[in-house]
Amino acid sequence: MSPEPSRNSAVEFTERLGRNTVSAIEVFGHWGVLVGESLFWLFAGPKLKQPVRANAVIVQMMEIGVRALPIVAMLSATIGIMLAIQGIHTLRTFGAESRVVVGIALSVVREFSALITGILVAGRSGSALAARLSTMQINQEIDALRVMGISPVRYLVVPALLAMLVMVPALTFLSDLVALYAAGLFVSFDLGISQAAYWNQTIEILSLGDLWHGLGKAAIFAVLITLIGIVNGASVTGGAEGVGRVTTRAVVQAISAIVVTDMLFAFVVTR
Amino acid sequence: MSDYKPVERKAIEVRGLVTHYGDRQILNGIDFDVYEGEIMVIMGGSGSGKSTLMRHLLSLEQATAGSMKLLDQDVSGLSTVERTELSKKIGVAFQSGALFSSMSVGENIMLPLAEHTKLDRLTMEIMARMKLEVVDLAGFEDLMPAELSGGMIKRAAMARAIIMDPKILFCDEPSAGLDPVVASQLDDLILKLRDAMGMSIVVVTHELDSAFKIADRITVLDKGDILMSDTVEAIRNSTNERIQNILNRRTEEETLDADEYLARLTGTEIEEASPPL
Repeated sequence: MSPEPSRNSAVEFTERLGRNTVSAIEVFGHWGVLVGESLFWLFAGPKLKQPVRANAVIVQMMEIGVRALPIVAMLSATIGIMLAIQGIHTLRTFGAESRVVVGIALSVVREFSALITGILVAGRSGSALAARLSTMQINQEIDALRVMGISPVRYLVVPALLAMLVMVPALTFLSDLVALYAAGLFVSFDLGISQAAYWNQTIEILSLGDLWHGLGKAAIFAVLITLIGIVNGASVTGGAEGVGRVTTRAVVQAISAIVVTDMLFAFVVTR
Repeated sequence: MSDYKPVERKAIEVRGLVTHYGDRQILNGIDFDVYEGEIMVIMGGSGSGKSTLMRHLLSLEQATAGSMKLLDQDVSGLSTVERTELSKKIGVAFQSGALFSSMSVGENIMLPLAEHTKLDRLTMEIMARMKLEVVDLAGFEDLMPAELSGGMIKRAAMARAIIMDPKILFCDEPSAGLDPVVASQLDDLILKLRDAMGMSIVVVTHELDSAFKIADRITVLDKGDILMSDTVEAIRNSTNERIQNILNRRTEEETLDADEYLARLTGTEIEEASPPL
């Protein structure tokens, strides 16, 4: 064998690496531009006679937040019970079952609520956003908005972004309550502690900082889900197949971004 | 058309427009004028650059070089507010209709009013119904776009395009994919709009019959260049071979070298000898 193929593959690898790096930087550039433009329309829109309509924001809030209530509540309850079962099981080896409340309270409020809410919203609304935008792009609806003098960022992106920024933290807060309540039911059933004692302990353990930790992350997830959904949706090429492709990509990227950001956030904040 | 009298004021003035799609040059420096109140048909085969020219006229793409004036305004130097103001004077009926699928026909037509005016809802509804009357779709305002036929979608798109009473109306392939009767109705509609409202209308099409029926002037594009831009009569009588080919639906004979043909089929370059194994 001549050395030719291996050198070629090395060159190819380097080339691919370079290309991927450039496209990754491009994506971050897109995000930056999108955030900048969103802020521009949010604040300068009224002066330019193109205000962001409250009505559009409310429609998005219904879709992203209110319609997600049942599923968020159900999964949060499940996570709460799961944490209680697992916590009691683990702590029993040390004979310290009664300390389970600490673990549940902190992990629910600081980690699990934001994470599960983020993942659910990414799956429900991040995908919907990508699918909607890509379909509109293919049907020339985005072009139609432009030629009508309606900024697509102002009309489509800002309402979704605002709705996400309000609803993801709100859902996370709801998730906190439901998960803690469900865990409390299991703990009092399994360990024979009263509900009142459980809640007293929980409130004693939790600080406002813990709550902000979870809600702050939720707000970051909200921005990530929106940007990933929109950038993917707008980058669609090729008809119906393209819509499927960008929708899948949006969900996978959003969930990955959420999990990685969660870890980084926890690392930075607990230092 | 026999009663056609050219007016001196230009609604659209394009000079030296060069455009690229990636590395490929699409338009090779085009000069193009549309006068006020005329119907200009842009014709050409697929790949001739007619859709590209239209997208540039609508400022949906960035040109490589050249200048463009719409209604005496240079579009490259417009601020956001000026651009919005200009867009109110322009209506576009896209090939696919581009109606918003989440809104009813009526809401689609009212959208520009809702976004650009402070009219109350009732007034907007009346105006939308008036435009639906113009395009013969009265009573369809509560249907969703998915419930309309192809011809109805194009007419609804036309109603949305004229809701702001634009000075320039763009129609992209108005009769493509429609049966001859419906296509002819759309042609009549375009003529009616020009006569009733005095709009300048730019129509992109590859349908010859439709072009000859509605056009005051025709611009023939071929491979990124304007072959001719003149009255219907002059285009018909043109001795240019390529124009006659288009008019008589003749395919162009391509003279091709045998080696080149072989190379194209096998996907190799001629100069490149295959490497020794």
